[in-house]
Amino acid sequence: MLMRDTTAQDLALARATERRQSRSRWLAHAVLALGVLVFAFPIWVTIVGSSHDASTIGRGDMPLWFGGEAVANYVSAWVSGGTARRTTGGLPAWLMLWNSLNMAVLIAVGKIAISLLSAYAVVFFSFPGRMVCFWLIFITLMLPVEVRIIPTFEVMVNLQLTNTMTGLVVPLIASATATLLFRQFFLTIPDEYVEAAKIDGAGPLRFFKDVVLPLSVTNIAALFVILFIYGWNQYLWPLLIVTDKDLTTVVVGITKMIGNGDAQNEWNIIMATSVLALLPPVAVVIFMQRWFVKGLTETEK
Amino acid sequence: MATLTLSGIRKSFGATQVLHGIDLDVADGEMIVVVGASGCGKSTLLRIVAGLETPTAGSVLIDGRDVTRLEPADRDIAMVFQNYALYPHMSVFDNMAYGLRIRGMPTAEIRKRVADAAEMLEIAQLLDRKPRQLSGGQRQRVAMGRAVVREPKLFLFDEPLSNLDAKLRVQMRAEIRRLQKRLGVTSLFVTHDQVEAMTLGDRLVVMHQGRAAQVAAPMEVWGTPADTYVAGFIGSPAMNFLSAALSDGGRAASLKAGPTLPFADGPRAAADGTPLTIGIRPEHVEHRPEAADAIPLSVDLVEPLGSETVIHGHLPGGESLVARLPLAAGAIGDVLPVGLPPAEWHVFGTEGSRLPARQGVAAAASR
Repeated sequence: MLMRDTTAQDLALARATERRQSRSRWLAHAVLALGVLVFAFPIWVTIVGSSHDASTIGRGDMPLWFGGEAVANYVSAWVSGGTARRTTGGLPAWLMLWNSLNMAVLIAVGKIAISLLSAYAVVFFSFPGRMVCFWLIFITLMLPVEVRIIPTFEVMVNLQLTNTMTGLVVPLIASATATLLFRQFFLTIPDEYVEAAKIDGAGPLRFFKDVVLPLSVTNIAALFVILFIYGWNQYLWPLLIVTDKDLTTVVVGITKMIGNGDAQNEWNIIMATSVLALLPPVAVVIFMQRWFVKGLTETEK
Repeated sequence: MATLTLSGIRKSFGATQVLHGIDLDVADGEMIVVVGASGCGKSTLLRIVAGLETPTAGSVLIDGRDVTRLEPADRDIAMVFQNYALYPHMSVFDNMAYGLRIRGMPTAEIRKRVADAAEMLEIAQLLDRKPRQLSGGQRQRVAMGRAVVREPKLFLFDEPLSNLDAKLRVQMRAEIRRLQKRLGVTSLFVTHDQVEAMTLGDRLVVMHQGRAAQVAAPMEVWGTPADTYVAGFIGSPAMNFLSAALSDGGRAASLKAGPTLPFADGPRAAADGTPLTIGIRPEHVEHRPEAADAIPLSVDLVEPLGSETVIHGHLPGGESLVARLPLAAGAIGDVLPVGLPPAEWHVFGTEGSRLPARQGVAAAASR
């Protein structure tokens, strides 16, 4: 704000403030730039590496600019998973990506469906043992997949679900986190909506479909992003439950491409596959970003 | 088009009893206003009629049919909520049509009903909007529209005006009244606002601590309140209460503030010395500059309202008294001579309930 009788002293103060502000702005940008560098550099190396031939990386060079083999590498990775050996690693990337996509989508959709319904039951219905149910769900938060992996594996073997998509997905679906998030959101839905719906004659499922679900859209979208990436990045469980090559997911597949016996690693193909493996989560985040931010920050009245 | 009968409605939440047996008969097309301070059980009563709560004892009859155990949807009622409870993701049209769709009404019929209701409530141009794009008054109209399209037997209003600003409230109040008269639908209106109650209701139910303290027409409640609670609740500024004792063989009251004045409407049937509470409304206190029997009122606070002045003061015994006088009659610190005309008295006995004259005539109290 400019005042009419600004004195020289005030001007000096104003200038000092300005200097201080611009200095802190520079500092902030420097820190941010450093952060970006730390995060982006490995990805840059991967992208660049995927455009060279196998021998360049094999020599131990770390090229920082693109080579000329990008198209050949990506085609090779996509179609056959590398030229040299098809026996050990070397699955075509499209198959692995397809498996991962299937798994991630099924896990995300399954988790959302189950947790929506369980949160709905816990919040909107009073039945005996309601809080017991809630706490049982809550306790499973403390038991991640890794803790119960041996019994779960045993169960899947007994159900003869090893090497199936069902066996891959179902144990990962039950989710306390999503149930909790939906519960918290449902608690913010005013009782008046429930009562208005009762007077309108909407039954529980109708109310769920017509009111609760539309109000939860942004939350569902936000959770979908998180859960899709969670599913996509699964490593330990797919590694255990799937031995059939046709069901290999891309995260597991990439590690299988590394260090196979005495043959040289085809780093160019591995890096190309890695870049391909990055794309679907990035696409999901970009497409759902708007919803994602909305779902985390905005609570609809 | 229906009657409503409540008999012996009781409700307890755990150990707390909030309704102690409410009986009420509502005639066809009547507008009943249930009024009381917060926590008196008025909303619970409404929710019991709506079917959102189940009474601990007693029954609810709509048009002679016992609906006590029926779901809200099966009672043929419509309710307007305090915060309107419009579904935020649905358009105005969908909000109004939702209940009809669930009932499986043909689309053409729904369109017609919604269009008619929207026309009547002057919200026809808003049908495509979402609730968040509407002002408070418009939301209120939509909430009423949602009730109107149902063509129910009973309208239930749960403090629907309390979220509006003062000007809009007065306007919507008149509109609700007009609409209810025009449609002739039996209505139950819950409010804590006594002005709303007085202006809207054919009859009032004044609730106090889970009981119906008085059920009567607004002017009757105002003119002959059944007890000190009702007397103090209805009317603004609130009625003055002065302590007194019965004297002169039941024919007069000896005021703590000084004089002993005879009743205008006849003697009371109680022993002399019985403690009484004399109620007199601020507008009935008279300014009597030259009367010999005037009581001196020491002025503590003056509220000029333009057409009249509200004087807060205290009487010789220390009891406070509020007077509404037509002119700017005094200043803080003044002593005003005032008269308390016995013709305007409301006489209450020890329990706070009205103590009528022995003949049972209370004619003087009405004017």
